Amino acid sequence: MTFESVLFIDPEDRAAAETAEMPDFFGDLNLDQVIEDILAQKREYDLAPYFYAPLHDGDTIRYRQEVMRDLEDDALLQGLKTFAERMHAARGHARLAANLDYRHHRHGWYLEAIVVYTEAVTHLVRDLARADLRSRALLEFRNTVTDYASSDGFMSLYTETKKLKADLSSIRYCLLIRDNGITVRRYDGEIDYSAEVERTFARFRRDAAENQLSTTFSVAGMSDVEEEILTVVAKMYPSVFRALSDFCERHVDYLNETLNVFDREIQFYISYLEYIAKLRRAGLPFCYPRVSDESKTVYAYGGFDLALAAKRVPDGAEVVLNDFRLDGQERILVVSGPNQGGKTTFARMFGQLHYLARLGCLVPAREAQLYLYDSIFVQFEREERIQNLRGRLQDDLIRVHDILSQATPDSIVLLNEIFTSTTQQDAALLSKEIMQSIAQLDLLCVWVTFIEELASASAKTVSMVSTMRPDNPTFRTYRIVRKSADGLAYAMSIARKHRLTYELLKDRIGR
Amino acid sequence: MKIRLMHRAQQFDVQQAPPSHAAALTQDLELDTLLNAMAGRDRFLKRVARQVLLLGLDDADAIRYRQEILRDCLNNPSVVRDLYRIATESAEHRSRRWMGIYSRYPSVMLKSSLGMLQTLVRQLAKLRVIADRHGGAFESDGFTTFFDTVREELDDEFFARAREHLRELRFRDGVLVSVELGVGNKGTHHVLRQANDAKRGWLRRFLGRLRPTHTIRIHHRDEAGARVLSQLTDAGVASVANALAQSADHIEECLKTLRTELAFYVGCLTLYERLSQLGAPVAFPQPVPRGERSHHAVGLYDLALTLTLRQRVVGNDLAADGKDLMIITGANQGGKSTFLRSIGLAQLMMQAGTFVPAESFRANICVGLYTHYRREEDATMESGKLDEELGRMSAIADRIMPDALVLLNESFAATNEREGSEIARQIIRALLERRVKVFFVTHLYQFAHDLHSNRVAATAFLRAERRSNGTRTFKIYEGEPLQTSYGKDLYSEVFGSEQ
Repeated sequence: MTFESVLFIDPEDRAAAETAEMPDFFGDLNLDQVIEDILAQKREYDLAPYFYAPLHDGDTIRYRQEVMRDLEDDALLQGLKTFAERMHAARGHARLAANLDYRHHRHGWYLEAIVVYTEAVTHLVRDLARADLRSRALLEFRNTVTDYASSDGFMSLYTETKKLKADLSSIRYCLLIRDNGITVRRYDGEIDYSAEVERTFARFRRDAAENQLSTTFSVAGMSDVEEEILTVVAKMYPSVFRALSDFCERHVDYLNETLNVFDREIQFYISYLEYIAKLRRAGLPFCYPRVSDESKTVYAYGGFDLALAAKRVPDGAEVVLNDFRLDGQERILVVSGPNQGGKTTFARMFGQLHYLARLGCLVPAREAQLYLYDSIFVQFEREERIQNLRGRLQDDLIRVHDILSQATPDSIVLLNEIFTSTTQQDAALLSKEIMQSIAQLDLLCVWVTFIEELASASAKTVSMVSTMRPDNPTFRTYRIVRKSADGLAYAMSIARKHRLTYELLKDRIGR
Repeated sequence: MKIRLMHRAQQFDVQQAPPSHAAALTQDLELDTLLNAMAGRDRFLKRVARQVLLLGLDDADAIRYRQEILRDCLNNPSVVRDLYRIATESAEHRSRRWMGIYSRYPSVMLKSSLGMLQTLVRQLAKLRVIADRHGGAFESDGFTTFFDTVREELDDEFFARAREHLRELRFRDGVLVSVELGVGNKGTHHVLRQANDAKRGWLRRFLGRLRPTHTIRIHHRDEAGARVLSQLTDAGVASVANALAQSADHIEECLKTLRTELAFYVGCLTLYERLSQLGAPVAFPQPVPRGERSHHAVGLYDLALTLTLRQRVVGNDLAADGKDLMIITGANQGGKSTFLRSIGLAQLMMQAGTFVPAESFRANICVGLYTHYRREEDATMESGKLDEELGRMSAIADRIMPDALVLLNESFAATNEREGSEIARQIIRALLERRVKVFFVTHLYQFAHDLHSNRVAATAFLRAERRSNGTRTFKIYEGEPLQTSYGKDLYSEVFGSEQ
């Protein structure tokens, strides 16, 4: 059996990932919220390390992208979710059985665990067979699990389980409850009285397929009286119950290890896809980025901040999409413009896109090409810490210095409103110095600043500006654009904005 | 039991979401005045009537189906009100006594369902009596089918069976339950059984014929045991309690449906009587298929104003067959808005299937009625106002379909006349080319005049009358737009007459 992992090509990467810790910049990029939300529903799988360990080589990134692409087939994804639910249920049933004393009850639950496990396996094999798989990982996994499912050991487990379950389910008995006694005996074809009542009043029903309330009562555990009834029933059907206890003794160890590992690892993809599903339903785009460690031409069209989108979409609020592109020798996006116009969000988006790309995930953009960086360094304005005796400016300088001394030409640096606690002139001077170092290192950088002259400080800079609505300068668009002026005839521009000009309106009606 | 008084083939869905522009329609057409006159204090009726008006029909045959039913109602007002009362009583009964049904304990639920069903079966019996006595006096397809249904579904056998069940479900001989082995071998699928021979000592047969049986006795001080006993009983009667509760629900639902299907007609009855007292005429309108263009009215008056003033008001005649754009100009306070509202209300009422406030009326069916009125609030910034106004227009554009009807009241005036006229020109052109019908009350003379000079055949020009001495008749006549309405002529005319 050659198959190892749906997450890693190199087993060493896999071992190293298990001990990964949350990267420093997670909080600044709000990735901590994103990953926390992703993990929240999946605690039992301990997925955090996988999300904290970005990949180092393009091949493994593509290895994962292939799997995620395969999982975009809804039927397959649904199949895998059901597989996970069944595995979860099987574990639960077995745990429950271990805690029960009454023999017939304990055996019943243990049988249930194996029933669910065999269902999990057979359905998984079927779903994988139907899927049009392209990924190396899943193709190989399919071979492995298909072999297992057709092995003699599994086949006999499967048939035996089915037969036992069918035999038990076919048992039906009657209880007559009267005064202080319960009389037990076999069922003798008496008619269903509820159905009779329903039939009488059925003519008032609006649609015939209405379902009834569930009549399930407490699930696990049995009272003395119930045990007594079951004991009577077991005496009525001795061979079935003997077969059951024999079965439980023979199958103490039934779980396959490859499946166990797969069950955990595949949740990396499922949890991420589930997380972004609601955003996609709201119309937000996701794509598989091209990731290169050679070209520093990076771009994203229709990108957005995942954490912000996850907050806004449930409220039905709009999520603004932004573009960026660094071409040729361009390396540095200098973002200026009105406050609270989405500049920080823009910088976060840049960082998130790159990080998520290295996890091998879909990224929040319509189309993207990204750089396989080695480290991300983030300097966002933080609240002043009292115990820190240095002044704020000094603090900023030290941190930037640290960043620049650690950064390699393959790094990404995100700077947000640094040097705010000094005069404008000083800040400009210092910033230009830093800019030079960044340019020399050939770093990819997003720099949010109020110092507009930085935008043209180097041949490597590109100026981006947060914009206001042209018709109403008090409304922000949260759109960050390469700066350009626009002038429209006033009233008609509002009409155009509402898509009410002749051509636009004509196009809208009746489609 | 199917009740089809609002549509030939389905029942009226009162939960249906009203169109998103319902609030604007309600405000612009003063719909609440009409609804209050129809409903009085009956809030349910008001809600239904609002839905019926807002969710109009777009098929002439469907409209005539309701018109016929309404004619029956006008001929048999007391029978219709009796039916409505029977349906209403059971709803009120529910809110007083129904709480126990949703109890967690099936035996409690069973008991309260039994009580409820007993009451409901009595209500049904009343329906049957009305069908037997008065059904013959009704002529419309809708009502004849309804009374036939009542006689068929509520036949004597039904009443006999229902009463038998209500008696047997007191369980004097104990509860017989079948059980299967479920997950963990715990009992599941508890089903209440009727013994094979219920009439002749089934208990003895149960105990005697099929051995082995085994009886478990619960000691009278064994509380845990007693609890299990009652749980098992509950599991057994759960399905029948459920079935009973659902049956009660279905009958309730059925009577509520009847109430819903009748509410609008009862409201129309009330409105008809109010208008008769005021001597205001009504007519059953003649719906014209939606592809055609027709608007023809004699004595069309504004219902909102009539009901508010409690007197007959001036009616207008309109002959606009074949037209798809009606431009209404003329002096302020000349009755333009009132006229526009009467057009809107008549359209809604026609497509709801009721009569209209006119001596006669015909119009093509429209697919959606939209109003765009100038709003006075939010006068903070001129720019904001145009923006707001066009935003509402854009919301209309999102929904509108060919063959819709749009009523524009002083739209696009929140900017200067040149720009406003240009916006109006483009919007109207697009609407007409997409076969949307438009009534446009406007002061944009440049726009109106240009249209008039171009002599477009399918455009009608209407003007609010204003006598040369300045008095208004509140009448709307055909007439070209006045270019000088706010000019010197008008100024001196008004001031001249005062001097």
